[in-house]
Amino acid sequence: MSFACIFVPNFSLEAILRSEPDLRAQALVVLEGKPPLQKVFAVNEKARQLGIEPAMTKLQAETCPEIILRPRSLQQESSGHAALLDCARSFSPRVEDAGDDTILLDVSGLQRLFGSLPEIAHDIAQRACEFGLLVNVGVGSNADVAMLAACGFSGVKIIPEGREAEQLGAIPLNVLLEKSKADHEQNVEMFETFQRWGVCNLRDLAALPGIALSERLGQAALYLQQLARGATHRTLIPFDPPLIFEEAVELEHPILLLEPLAFLLNRMLEQLCARLESRALATQELHLELELQNGWHEDGDAVVERKQFHRTLRLPFSLIDPNTFLKLLQLDLNANPPGAPISKIVLRAEPTQPRVLQNDLFLPPSPEPEKLELTLAKIMGIVGEGNVGSPQLLDTHRPQAFRMQHFSSDHNQKVAGTHDDHKESSVTALRIFRPAWHAMVKLHNGSPVSLTCSHFETTSVDVLWCAGPWHSCGDWWQQDGWARDEWDIAVPGEASIALYRLVHDRLSGRWFLEGKYD
Amino acid sequence: MFSSVLAQSLHIPVQEIADPSQKKPARAEAFYKLRQLTGVTPASRLEMRPTPKMVSSGIREINELTGGFPCGCITQIYGAASSGRSGILLAALAASTRRREVCVLVDVNDALDPLSAAAAGVEFERLLWVRCGSPGSSSKHKRITLKKESPLAQALRATDLLLQSGGFGLIAIDLGDVPFRESRRIPLASWFRFQRAVEHTPTVLFVLSQEPLAQTCTALLLKVAGQTPSAFSSQLSGKSPSHARLLEHLEIKAEIVRSRVERRPVRSVTASFAATAVRTG
Repeated sequence: MSFACIFVPNFSLEAILRSEPDLRAQALVVLEGKPPLQKVFAVNEKARQLGIEPAMTKLQAETCPEIILRPRSLQQESSGHAALLDCARSFSPRVEDAGDDTILLDVSGLQRLFGSLPEIAHDIAQRACEFGLLVNVGVGSNADVAMLAACGFSGVKIIPEGREAEQLGAIPLNVLLEKSKADHEQNVEMFETFQRWGVCNLRDLAALPGIALSERLGQAALYLQQLARGATHRTLIPFDPPLIFEEAVELEHPILLLEPLAFLLNRMLEQLCARLESRALATQELHLELELQNGWHEDGDAVVERKQFHRTLRLPFSLIDPNTFLKLLQLDLNANPPGAPISKIVLRAEPTQPRVLQNDLFLPPSPEPEKLELTLAKIMGIVGEGNVGSPQLLDTHRPQAFRMQHFSSDHNQKVAGTHDDHKESSVTALRIFRPAWHAMVKLHNGSPVSLTCSHFETTSVDVLWCAGPWHSCGDWWQQDGWARDEWDIAVPGEASIALYRLVHDRLSGRWFLEGKYD
Repeated sequence: MFSSVLAQSLHIPVQEIADPSQKKPARAEAFYKLRQLTGVTPASRLEMRPTPKMVSSGIREINELTGGFPCGCITQIYGAASSGRSGILLAALAASTRRREVCVLVDVNDALDPLSAAAAGVEFERLLWVRCGSPGSSSKHKRITLKKESPLAQALRATDLLLQSGGFGLIAIDLGDVPFRESRRIPLASWFRFQRAVEHTPTVLFVLSQEPLAQTCTALLLKVAGQTPSAFSSQLSGKSPSHARLLEHLEIKAEIVRSRVERRPVRSVTASFAATAVRTG
């Protein structure tokens, strides 16, 4: 059996660096606690060189002007942990969640798929790096050896079977005590005892006589010694991570403009798409939640405070292209700006199966779905959201009863069969006036003889010919019932006659021109 | 004087320039090497533009008249109100959707009647309808933004985007209700841009207007005319009561005004057909 362990040193720091990789080159300090009692929780190597240590107060840390302070973000850590699990799951289905910063996985039998154990370990480290995390990877013959190798050595460490005690010997004792599942106080006591005995690494601990150790410090110490010798054996506790793909960024200073927001969204989308890809999934629904500072919106006449801004991006097909998502989000936010400074960004993707498409050789070319979505979003920005799509007739006799639905070129694939039963002829189309033109109508024997409309060049026109009325009504059992008489009329045009549909609304008694036959 | 300058620039003896009968091929060869003409293809050697693929217009008489609508070109139909323009547009959209193509209607005045379109046989699953100038279902902020741009400008921008996107079988711009004093302000550069964008693609760019607009960019220009009052007189003189009458059909006359599809002079040919009135609702 072979096991691998992925360990993220300084996890809270890495979780922040994952969303802001530019900070990796700078001295970064993570603070924890509520103001004004914030204390340093984690520091990177550059900050340590400047003299910043954990447990310092924020005031003490701020004495060094070069450092960058960030509050600890549990949501970012949660996203980082989920990314770590996705990374492990992309290699092996048997994964154990051994802590926020530690994942164990069974790599037995993966050699045929991914190569030798060192290659697998390097691939795991590379994949984690793609997810924005710098990790240590340890590989051993049992889970505990792999975990100690990952926690005790930086980079990739392979412990050959039979040489566990020798290889693990150089690891400091505190690493073992931190990773052991014993009581924390008991560990501190034991650590002090070991220090008094002059035991400072696993080699020293492994060399102690077992019976004497058990007599003095009990079974817990004996178990630690077994760990130090790499002689424990246990089975993994398999963990099936939930399919939650969420990325979050908490901002120290609120964002005012959409451009820096797009920069952050790009990074988050790349992370989300990399995670989805590692699980062989895609998404067709993105939720963007923004936490606002001093936000407000109009609710009728009142101005209501708004702290959350939510946008949902739904696509008719699944996709994992971060660039397309970013452009669509940018267009959506341009059309619907949040209207207040943004202090927190949460991006969530609903996972679906990737799009599988087999094009028909005999189908005419249709727009690429990704390109079409971008084009539609851009056109929506020009003409308005509800003004682009496909019309869908409603099952009613009410005039002008239709609704707009989202247009998708995938219908081309879905609708099968050809339509050879068509006739090559023309119909007289009606061009609708939206809104309808109000008219004043003069009647003779119940038929219109002339009408006045502000849209005509002349004030009054004679009706040359008319047909009708056609009575229709409906929905009389509801509040929005309708009843009308329709006439087809011919009036003199510039060079020929013009045909209109004249409507008399029997409920309001008003006349209007609904459209023009053309 | 000229011959000596030319000879100097071509690096050939002056005698050859002075006497054209001598060494004609050498002279011609040298002439082509002249710096100013390098890279310029003589008109006689220009490739003939291939005849565009024609697709059905959806109306038999129009097909017989024009051979259909040319792909990768601008086709324009113009005429007065009630001349049958919209019927031809719907027939073209129906024919395109029947060919399982995706088509677009850029509706400048938001004038499409979906019931008429359904009666004409348009398959809505393959029709993208861009309604310009209609108030959108969005926030107050957006409505303020939309006020700044006219429906015509919106339509031109949307058409630009659609042409860049590509993959459509037919893109129709409906300028039927736009007054000519407004539509003539569309810069010719826009039409040239549309022509370049649609060239070498299987897309038919269809323009419907009151008057011809795209000028030389149009590959096929059709004029349609409806019935004159005199032609309608047979119905006008009917003594039957109005409720016994029915708008049955419109007689439409189509005429080719310009065609660059066929390499021969424009023929003044016309076709007449009837558009059947469909009572919807």
